[in-house]
Amino acid sequence: MPEINVPSSIKDLEQVQSVRTPIRMEYTFTPGVAAQTYLREFANKKILGAVSPVDGAVLVPPRGADPRYGALCDEFVEMPHTGHIGSFCVTNVPIPGRELELPYISAWIFLDGADIGFLNLVAECPPEECRIGMRVEAVWKPDDEIGMTAENILYWRPTGEPDLPFDEAGVRGWHVRGDGESDA
Amino acid sequence: MRKVAIVSAASRQEEKMLDNEVELMVPLISKVREETGLDQTEIGFTCSGSSDFLAGQAFSFVMTLDAVGPVPPISESHVEMDGAWALYETWVKFQMGVIDTALVYSYGKPSPGSLQDVLSTQLDPYYVAPLWPDAHAIAALQARHLLEKEEISLQHLADCAVRAGTVENHEEYYEQQILADPLRPADCPTYADGGVAMILAAEGKAEELCEKPAWITGIDHRIDTHHFGARNLSTIPSAKKAAEKAGVHKADIDLAEIHTAYTVHDVLLRKELNLPLNPEKSSKNHPIKAETLMASGLLRIAEAARAIWDQEANRTLAHATSGPLMQQNLMCVLSGEKE
Repeated sequence: MPEINVPSSIKDLEQVQSVRTPIRMEYTFTPGVAAQTYLREFANKKILGAVSPVDGAVLVPPRGADPRYGALCDEFVEMPHTGHIGSFCVTNVPIPGRELELPYISAWIFLDGADIGFLNLVAECPPEECRIGMRVEAVWKPDDEIGMTAENILYWRPTGEPDLPFDEAGVRGWHVRGDGESDA
Repeated sequence: MRKVAIVSAASRQEEKMLDNEVELMVPLISKVREETGLDQTEIGFTCSGSSDFLAGQAFSFVMTLDAVGPVPPISESHVEMDGAWALYETWVKFQMGVIDTALVYSYGKPSPGSLQDVLSTQLDPYYVAPLWPDAHAIAALQARHLLEKEEISLQHLADCAVRAGTVENHEEYYEQQILADPLRPADCPTYADGGVAMILAAEGKAEELCEKPAWITGIDHRIDTHHFGARNLSTIPSAKKAAEKAGVHKADIDLAEIHTAYTVHDVLLRKELNLPLNPEKSSKNHPIKAETLMASGLLRIAEAARAIWDQEANRTLAHATSGPLMQQNLMCVLSGEKE
């Protein structure tokens, strides 16, 4: 380090290692038309999907556009509260901000009729029994605790129905534009 | 230099938008693609400008890519700056010879947060930002300096307010209560949510996509120090230098679309660039009336291009600024001729 010349009166002081300048800013988040529509109905225990105007793919939760094409999605469909696990992860370390019993399962849930999945918890299922293609259903919070929040569904639990075949589980309806081929 | 032109643009501004950034940008991006008949797969490079501090969300620009459709994967970049700088990056890419077409867009939604607070966070983090000076007050410091030095007059500010349309006439201007002494509300911006998208193309392609391409004949951007104390507030060296490098004064300018959110900046910049204080052709959409942080600069370029497409002008100047007290300045000269 180069030598720094400071007045002799402060020469022996400890060097400053860091400085804190706290910043706080407040926002009134505007979720947009799609998310508002979704959250309003979610508070009525309904799950909405958005329909792609390009190929009819159903996107849950709706974000306003079909992200593959940049196409506005303004048509919604009501989804069933059942689906399957596309993939999952068993976690043995606690997650900051949430009190979860360890180990817990986070899974990519595909609702019946949906072409994309979303992340959620799976419970009432020993980790060693969790598998890709396993059928699950939503466990909702008590009715009086439900609101416009992603926390409405506590977790997903196995229905006990036969699994979806492994090859049919997970992402579908995603095809590369241009070659006209769908890998669904 | 490779000749590059702006061939299509679309924009939207509103005081408070309920759409999210994706819903805002989809119609604009779709419009410029439809107008040029280009599919996203035919666009060589996509570049955007926006700010996470406006969205209140990290990597917010990644989510906005939903409005573009990056499937199959696209060549993409982003600047945490006004979209005018995204256009500059794109122009450089054209000069490298690796693309023939590009999509440039930018957007800003200040309505969910406090823009005055957001703007304070761009100041020097050690000595200035912790004091939280607001943008109007900083502009007022410069206005006071210029007024007392008699480099500008209240008359200039009132003229500019009338030209920008924030007041009908001088009487109305002088009747206004002072907001940040010596500035009145008519001197300060009204913030708007908004976005702009445009398509650029190189010589050979541009003529196919647009009847009268707006050719970029000069573009440059420069920066001044962020230390207010080290700056001479009577002048804007970065703007002058950028104008010189962009060849602004090589020929007459029919229309100047300048990105000035305060009357005092409008007057000062016009003086610095030797532009008329009361121009014959004036911006139809002055940023003082609708300032969209991160998009206003690119919007100026879109408006300057539009004047050429509509044959209202043949040589136009678009200016973009960023940072406190016009710290960074970009000059873009557009022409109906390739020159």
